[in-house]
Amino acid sequence: MTYKISRRRFGQLAIATSALAALYEYNFAKSNIQALAKQSPAWQGGNIPKLTKVNVNFQVNGTKQAVEVDSRMSLLDCLREKLKLTGSKKGCDHGQCGACTVMVNGRRINSCLTFACMHEGDEITTIEGLAKDGNLHPMQEAFIAHDGFQCGYCTPGQIMSAVALLSETCGKQDSDVAECMSGNICRCAAYPNIVAAIQEVRKGKVNASL
Amino acid sequence: MAGKIGESEQSAKYVGKAVNRVDGHSKVTGAATYAAEHKIDDLVYAALIQSTIAKGTITKMDTSEAERLPGVKVIITPFNAPRLSSKSTPSGRSLLLLQDKQVQHDRQNIGLVIADTWESASHAASLVKVSYKQTEPQVEIEKHATYEKLKSTTSEIGKQISAAGHKRGDFSQAFASGAHKVDQIYSTPMESHNPMEPFAVIASWEGEHLTLYDTTQAVFATRKTVAEHFDIPESHVRIISPFVGGGFGSKLSTWSHVILAAMAARKVNLPVKLVLSRAQMYGPVGFRPKTIQRILLAADKNGKLTAIRHDNINETSHFEDYVEASTHTTSRMYACPNLITSQNQVALDIGTPTWMRAPGEAPGSFALESAMDELAYELGLDPIELRVRNYPEKDPESGLPWSSNSLRECYKVGAEKFGWHKRNPEPKSMRAGKDLLGWGMAAATYPTYRMAANAQVTILPSGEALVQAGSQDIGTGTYTIMSQVAADTLGLPIEKIKFELGDSTLPRTPLSGGSMTAASVGSAVQLACQTALNSLIKTAIADQVSPLYQAKAESIVARDEGLYLSSDSKKGERLTDIIKRNKLKQVVGKAESKPGNEDEKYSMHSYGAIFAEVKIDSDLVRPKLTRMVGAYGAGKILNLKTARNQMFGGMTFGIGMALMEHTLIDPKLGRIMNADLAEYHLPVNLDVPNLDVIFIDEHDPHINPLGAKGIGEISITGVAAAIANAVYHATGKRIRDLPITIDKIM
Repeated sequence: MTYKISRRRFGQLAIATSALAALYEYNFAKSNIQALAKQSPAWQGGNIPKLTKVNVNFQVNGTKQAVEVDSRMSLLDCLREKLKLTGSKKGCDHGQCGACTVMVNGRRINSCLTFACMHEGDEITTIEGLAKDGNLHPMQEAFIAHDGFQCGYCTPGQIMSAVALLSETCGKQDSDVAECMSGNICRCAAYPNIVAAIQEVRKGKVNASL
Repeated sequence: MAGKIGESEQSAKYVGKAVNRVDGHSKVTGAATYAAEHKIDDLVYAALIQSTIAKGTITKMDTSEAERLPGVKVIITPFNAPRLSSKSTPSGRSLLLLQDKQVQHDRQNIGLVIADTWESASHAASLVKVSYKQTEPQVEIEKHATYEKLKSTTSEIGKQISAAGHKRGDFSQAFASGAHKVDQIYSTPMESHNPMEPFAVIASWEGEHLTLYDTTQAVFATRKTVAEHFDIPESHVRIISPFVGGGFGSKLSTWSHVILAAMAARKVNLPVKLVLSRAQMYGPVGFRPKTIQRILLAADKNGKLTAIRHDNINETSHFEDYVEASTHTTSRMYACPNLITSQNQVALDIGTPTWMRAPGEAPGSFALESAMDELAYELGLDPIELRVRNYPEKDPESGLPWSSNSLRECYKVGAEKFGWHKRNPEPKSMRAGKDLLGWGMAAATYPTYRMAANAQVTILPSGEALVQAGSQDIGTGTYTIMSQVAADTLGLPIEKIKFELGDSTLPRTPLSGGSMTAASVGSAVQLACQTALNSLIKTAIADQVSPLYQAKAESIVARDEGLYLSSDSKKGERLTDIIKRNKLKQVVGKAESKPGNEDEKYSMHSYGAIFAEVKIDSDLVRPKLTRMVGAYGAGKILNLKTARNQMFGGMTFGIGMALMEHTLIDPKLGRIMNADLAEYHLPVNLDVPNLDVIFIDEHDPHINPLGAKGIGEISITGVAAAIANAVYHATGKRIRDLPITIDKIM
């Protein structure tokens, strides 16, 4: 994992954690007030948060979405379960594997490490949004040509990372690309082919950005 | 006769070529549908509750708080779980299904919450308070299989030989009189498969009929296991698994969560989705067991092996036997008249282990091929030379001839590519700048398996063909290679083939394991295509309007989307014309293809040689794999692109096994300590260097109609030993306990 990715992940984690704490504090306070009001023995546990629904508006693959989400819902689960965009994968739900990588406002993030309700106004791009008018993105083409996958489960995350990498600072060598892609695990280990696919797109960097 | 692959190489447009995956588009666009992604109406979500102790009894499960959480529908625990039929005699694994209150391993499934959302279900599961009466768990195989115990119990182990081992000649006498000897203990750790797609299932009942969207390497075995547990006919169960996000052996078995999801769906009378978290996969869905192996080798002064002994002990659970067959290939790897092998197990308070990529061969080859390297140093012989001197001209165990065996060529070609002749055998003698450089090698082998398989092909009036077989594609390229076989056999462009798999209502095939799908299902697909063509040929011959009227069937070949005379390439016609003129709705060919008695006549195996280069960082003593070459004789390679990729995968599994992977258990608590992808280290992109894969051109007419031996598992075999041998060459330290981490080298 690169320093860069680690730092970004740390940032994501910090934001997610503080948001979680804030939400729970709010919920605890609310439920405690209710408990006090009701004086019901059923509430004496004191730590049962009331289900909180949050309305959030964002763009996914260029389409405006207004969704009501459970405050505990990750962006990944929102995409998969709510919007039925199952291209983004859940591999670990802990930001350790990269299968859930999507782009938010042009930067790659682990969508499992961020709550859906934190993305008001954001532009989100998932694997489903890469191909334009039925034409695959050059990175998708390159992954097919270089066989950059086997089972395919990590592939959407790999491709989203790879597309984001094109506009990041990354050295020219294969090992540089391998390092920049080390936040995306492929247990089938198509790694050499993934690097080859990315290098091909980087060399002929035409229309390869979003 | 219509396109027989292997016989007429020129006619093969696709088989043997580097063809892009036919399912590639769906995988790069996110359209491929994995188990948890099937869109089902009125779905509810289940979350597992797992034990937080390794051994004991559950005395209470307080669900009151969890039940009050909005959205929670039902909580199933051992205190209220539906009783499963006692009449049934389930096949497959021994599953723990909430039928009693015993806890037998860490992370045992002890309940599940069903709620209207994943958030509510998982949150509620965390609120269930479990009380236990704990017992101290036994989780250390070392306590039962120390060097001394292994030595003293060999006679006991000897009793198991008829069940699991081999014996020939007189080992004891031969070993006693050996000129050069090795006697060492090797050990390999518990490893977790960690497929990227977590175990997941959607269970949906309609009356007594159950549909399961599962991620499995075995749709038919899953159907059988599930039907038996619910005491319903197999015909009432349908397993759908069109895409599997990796399995590596872990998804060959039907584990308890599949039955529990079906149990939950029946209870709430709604479809239930259950996805295991990454951490929940360390315990109830199998792992490669820890092995402790003792190897004794003796050789005469010329380096000819005179005695081999290989004893394996592995861990298993208290409720199910599991033997890691580490010694199986030892008996036929080298020509040696005196040999004894045994395999035994130690029951511990852990989950049941399972097959993981080259079960047996992977840990076994680490021990044997490390020992061979030690013997080479003992003799002062080059390790390749030692192996060549002990090459068996025929199977030393059965006495049968090899169906084909390219092992010596693998040594030669691999060594040339690697530059082995430049190696100074002296340990610590080679350097790359400040770093120590080590070169090591090992041999690899894996048996060629094949099982009966069925397939069906339907040629449509459009000129397209639908090819179907139950089977599975676990990333191995089944969709693609079967489409290649069908396209070449039918003489159609691959774009006109639609191949369907992953459904228990399709023709029956074996599980995706033992590297046998290509050989088994491929042979069936080929035969089904030939059957369909034969029916069309019959029609054409009898059709007065056809250019092939009254032609001899055996003189007709399928090519360019038509049937033509082999002697006159212009005489013939398109398939669509025959179908249209004869007003055929479709042409169907069904076939079962199964092995004959070839295994009574030949010993059938793949062989390979692996060469590894490691650098040992001079400051940090960190071992880094910098280069690897593998040369393999694996029969006909059906798709050079997917095969090369699959070899990368197996070799990388070997890198993980050698240098980083181990599932660690707290010896006191019996709990797994590194149950996530941050703490369970497996190779990431930067860990994998330039890998060179060479396939020896091997024609084996005996094994199966396609001549394919399968490559999924030989790819990992021998890799860990090659790396360990390279580490010895670099450092002079022989690491006999995997993984080879910095602390062991220092």
